[in-house]
Amino acid sequence: MMLMKRRDFLKAGAAAGALASLYGCAGTGKASGHVVVVGGGYGGATVAKYLRMWSEGGVQVTLVERNPTFISCPMSNLVVGGTRTMEEITVSYDGLKNTWGVRIIQDDVLAVDAAKRSLRLAKGGELSYDRLVLSPGIEFMWNEIPGLDNAAAQSTILHAWKAGPQTVALRKQLEDMKNGGVYALTIPKAPYRCPPGPYERACLVANYFKQSKPKSKVIILDANEDVVSKKGLFTKAWTDLYKDIVEYRPNSEVKDVDVASKTAILEFDKFKADVLNVVPPHRAGDVATKSGIKLINDRWVDIDWLSMESTNTPGVHVLGDAVFPAPTMPKSGHMANQHGKLAAAAILNLLSGDQPNPTPVLMNTCYSFVDAKNAIHVTSVHQYDPATKVVQPVKGAGGVSAARNEIEGKVALGWAKNIWADMLA
Amino acid sequence: MKLLPTVAGLGLLAATGFAQAADPNLPRNLAATCANCHGTNGKAVPGAGIDALNGVEKAKALQKLADFKSGAKPASIMHQIVKGYTDEQLDLIASYFAAQK
Repeated sequence: MMLMKRRDFLKAGAAAGALASLYGCAGTGKASGHVVVVGGGYGGATVAKYLRMWSEGGVQVTLVERNPTFISCPMSNLVVGGTRTMEEITVSYDGLKNTWGVRIIQDDVLAVDAAKRSLRLAKGGELSYDRLVLSPGIEFMWNEIPGLDNAAAQSTILHAWKAGPQTVALRKQLEDMKNGGVYALTIPKAPYRCPPGPYERACLVANYFKQSKPKSKVIILDANEDVVSKKGLFTKAWTDLYKDIVEYRPNSEVKDVDVASKTAILEFDKFKADVLNVVPPHRAGDVATKSGIKLINDRWVDIDWLSMESTNTPGVHVLGDAVFPAPTMPKSGHMANQHGKLAAAAILNLLSGDQPNPTPVLMNTCYSFVDAKNAIHVTSVHQYDPATKVVQPVKGAGGVSAARNEIEGKVALGWAKNIWADMLA
Repeated sequence: MKLLPTVAGLGLLAATGFAQAADPNLPRNLAATCANCHGTNGKAVPGAGIDALNGVEKAKALQKLADFKSGAKPASIMHQIVKGYTDEQLDLIASYFAAQK
């Protein structure tokens, strides 16, 4: 059945390709072929849309995504904090399908055979590709926290670091907690997904407590020696807005968890909470780590910054949080979207027989809310440096907000609407 | 005197010391880095509170960017972002958006 579908699709693809060639195509050559994208998050959805848009339909794109809809990690802390709903951070894949002609398969990928240029799907069947894009996000390293290395523990002690059912469940735990309870959030050592995210979550949970459960506490157990992102702005928010609620503890790496008593076990200390929210250390998603693709530190994919192509597996491009980051480059949705565009441009050049753009630029912006209305940002611009063959942050560019403000709170919501449209509409 | 885009492109090559020819899609690729906030091809989502860039006259856009860079025009974030791009790159970006409907 899968083969049948694929044959039909290829026929349709050939027709679309012929149609596109009538209208011509930007670029020096004519890109054609079939690209499979695995993972429809900020990176994968973007590369799928931009491949279709920039090739004017000349390149066929299949997106394999396990979830029926896109749920955004950015803005999900507002759901945890109770000021936004899941519906407001959920976007359909219909735009990719209907407007851009991306074929969408809701499934998981079991294995990639890069030599054969094909991959095997969990529900059965194989897909062959000319180029493959993996945008698998992160996988948690549960073995680093033995008490959480089973499904039952993971349904009680939540991470909520992938937006979805865990976001809803964490909100429910906070609502069920008594006034005077303790919420503890643990942060793994950097690099992790969304550097300012944990500190934003601490602010938004504290904002909820301040209004609804003022005797309650937020304790941040940070494995890092200091606040990783927007330090001055977050610490000022904790002092100004949540003085008797938020307590920050650096150098507090969680080694294990006692699930029954909701206790985080640190190296020399223990911490018991009413709601324990553990963000475990993470690595590149399974499809990237199980396909023989070169990793750095056994965790992140080593890529060529001109094309996002694996350094040891030709034809496989990897995006987003799964990638070993360039200097100061955050693992963010915004950056994954930028990776998607860099990869789309490079893949179209390669499919046309040209070299990738030798001078790519990437930029990042992350907004964080410190309460329901006020936000702060961090931004950076990264230019390719031929000497080091890495995208390097531009000195003197980028920076953070002067102070938290409501204007950036409005812009942050506008950012979400625009980036979701840039990926999916 | 305004540089033509091709001359600006050569300036960029000289600046980065890169021997290869510029990618013919460089303006498109550079402009795409703005789209996260300003919309695909500069077409921002209406009512989302962020400026659309499509069809903005090139000279006007370059003046605004220069004012962000110098600090003459206050901004919450653009003064920090604009400093990450060379003048040649900003020229290519402004040309690209000016040509978008």
